[in-house]
Amino acid sequence: MEISSIIFIVLLIVAGGLFAKNLKTIIRNIKLGKDLDRNDRKNERFSLMARVALGQSKMVVRPFAGFLHIIVYAGFIIINIEVLEIVLDGMLGTHRLFAFMGGFYHFLIAAFEGLALLVLVACVIFLVRRNVLRIKRFFGKEMTTWPKTDANLILITEILLMSAFLIMNAADAQLQVLGSEHYTNVGSFPISRQLMGAFAGMSESSLIMLERGAWWFHIIGIFAFLNYLPYSKHFHILLAFPNVFYAKLTPKGQLDNLASVKKEVEMMFDPSADPYAAPAEPEGEPQRFGAKDVTDLTWKQLMDAYTCTECGRCTDVCPANITGKVLSPRKIMMDTRDRLEEVGKGIDKNGKDFNDNKSLLRDYISEEELLACTSCNACVQACPVNIDQLSIIVDLRRFLIMEESKAPAEWTGIFTNIENNGAPWQFAQADRLNWKNEN
Amino acid sequence: MAEMMASGQQPDVLFWVGCAGSFDDRAKKITRAFVKILNNVGINFAVLGTEESCTGDPAKRAGNEFLFQMQAMGNIQVLNAYEVKSIVTTCPHCFNTLKNEYPELGGNYEVKHHSQFLQELINEGKLTVEGGVFKGKKITFHDPCYLGRANDVYEAPRNLIEKLDAELVEMKRCKSNGLCCGAGGAQMFKEAEKGNKEVNIERTEEALEIQPNIIATGCPFCMTMMTDGVKLKEKSTEVQVFDLAELIAQAKDL
Repeated sequence: MEISSIIFIVLLIVAGGLFAKNLKTIIRNIKLGKDLDRNDRKNERFSLMARVALGQSKMVVRPFAGFLHIIVYAGFIIINIEVLEIVLDGMLGTHRLFAFMGGFYHFLIAAFEGLALLVLVACVIFLVRRNVLRIKRFFGKEMTTWPKTDANLILITEILLMSAFLIMNAADAQLQVLGSEHYTNVGSFPISRQLMGAFAGMSESSLIMLERGAWWFHIIGIFAFLNYLPYSKHFHILLAFPNVFYAKLTPKGQLDNLASVKKEVEMMFDPSADPYAAPAEPEGEPQRFGAKDVTDLTWKQLMDAYTCTECGRCTDVCPANITGKVLSPRKIMMDTRDRLEEVGKGIDKNGKDFNDNKSLLRDYISEEELLACTSCNACVQACPVNIDQLSIIVDLRRFLIMEESKAPAEWTGIFTNIENNGAPWQFAQADRLNWKNEN
Repeated sequence: MAEMMASGQQPDVLFWVGCAGSFDDRAKKITRAFVKILNNVGINFAVLGTEESCTGDPAKRAGNEFLFQMQAMGNIQVLNAYEVKSIVTTCPHCFNTLKNEYPELGGNYEVKHHSQFLQELINEGKLTVEGGVFKGKKITFHDPCYLGRANDVYEAPRNLIEKLDAELVEMKRCKSNGLCCGAGGAQMFKEAEKGNKEVNIERTEEALEIQPNIIATGCPFCMTMMTDGVKLKEKSTEVQVFDLAELIAQAKDL
């Protein structure tokens, strides 16, 4: 076996192993969330995933960004076939293993090159939108240095990877013209052949250096990018699919009825319940009403947080945010992920019962943000990967109101009114039918 | 409802009036307009009257799940005691709660928003609407969040407006992209958080941009927010805010 094959296999194993380890940590973190059954209505879930994740149906609501995103997405999926060849070549020490396909291989290479160029152009446009046109939704107070750098790093990496791919092909094409050994005549290289002119004067050995250099840069770049994903918002390329699959299928307006509350209310309505009975031994740990920290949320809400790619479509349509309030649904998701990462790291370091006396509520998300939500579902509707931002806001509100009784004075008033006279206003229930006799 | 039950009758549908429809002066007009239509068509309906109580929607959205479930259980006991099968309501918040959140607590009813109900009456030929008074008028529809996004009802209200022979004009943000009026999530009952604008002003400005004669809506809270917005923009003389039921009642001169 050649030394290059051995180096490649070692790199592949290290990259794969590291990624698997990071993936395991993320899955463990998501499982810190509470149970929730989302395994019903499988057929509907598959078709939703096909439409929204695979078919990008919600991306194209904004046609320009949606179109460019589809190019990058299609490029990513299709060029992976090429990556398969590269990986096999790397392990076996072969060169262009799939070339035996003949005409079809020519077609494939042409398609890869076309897509590579389109992806490159799309990424350049994306960079311009973020850094030159400075489109509003890419800014905002949660878009601190790291999220902005993250976005730019992703785009620059993709541009570099695509460039390396095209340079590699161009050098290969030139080597084929020179009749270099190993570089058998394959592929039509419709895009990269435009670059050949630049390489015309180069010697065979420097061309081989260039071709090999680009090949190694490309594949090592992919390995590195793979291991960057778990730390980045770009992780959405993997989680988008399960996240849409497990999305809420009930109407957006339907909030869950807290089971822990239901038990208590049912007891109050039960005429046979003995008011003086000793309280039943609580089963397990007493449950919190609502959520104070990430571990009070469900695994799906935590998966939502890892899926968020910070595109800001939610914040861009949020009525509270539009009118200058501090609430930003994107920040809710980013805070949830940041806090979950923090809890995860704490557990890695100090074991399962780790407690840092911090919580998602207040240390990350303020009361003011929570109270500004109109529960209009615009954020949920806008999310291209079916994240449910509202459910986290409501769960945090529940904790605020039911566990801490921290409601704004006006809300305390409506609670009292509803309890006493069955309406949020101070009118007597006996007057409910007065409209009948008025004009 | 109690009277009907006592005399051994069962209504075809229960009209859930809601708190706004019972107590808010502006919303009471919507209630009366809808009742006029029901009477005109000859619908066999009932109301719970003094036995109706808040569905619990504002409590639930504010985070007071306990109070919500107390209200829900109480209402369900009343509704089930009267063997109610079918409910129509002029409030999208009541509509959403009754339709989506009551079943799990033991309240299973067929629930319709009045726009859907009126649309069905028209489809069945029981209600005919001629557009005379609204001919040539520009009407825009403000989608209530709890009717639109929350429950995907976008067409019924628009079909009703088209029946009026009026020109239906859409705001930039409409249907699933519609902007909230600012009242949902129990915001109706408290001051807004610090910001640079009220949500209802943002929405009203958007509506006024397309210069409608009438802003139509299907929610008593949107009604308050949009009416206040139009007043604040000093456009009350040029632009009126009406509920769908009021438009139909006016068209039929009821």
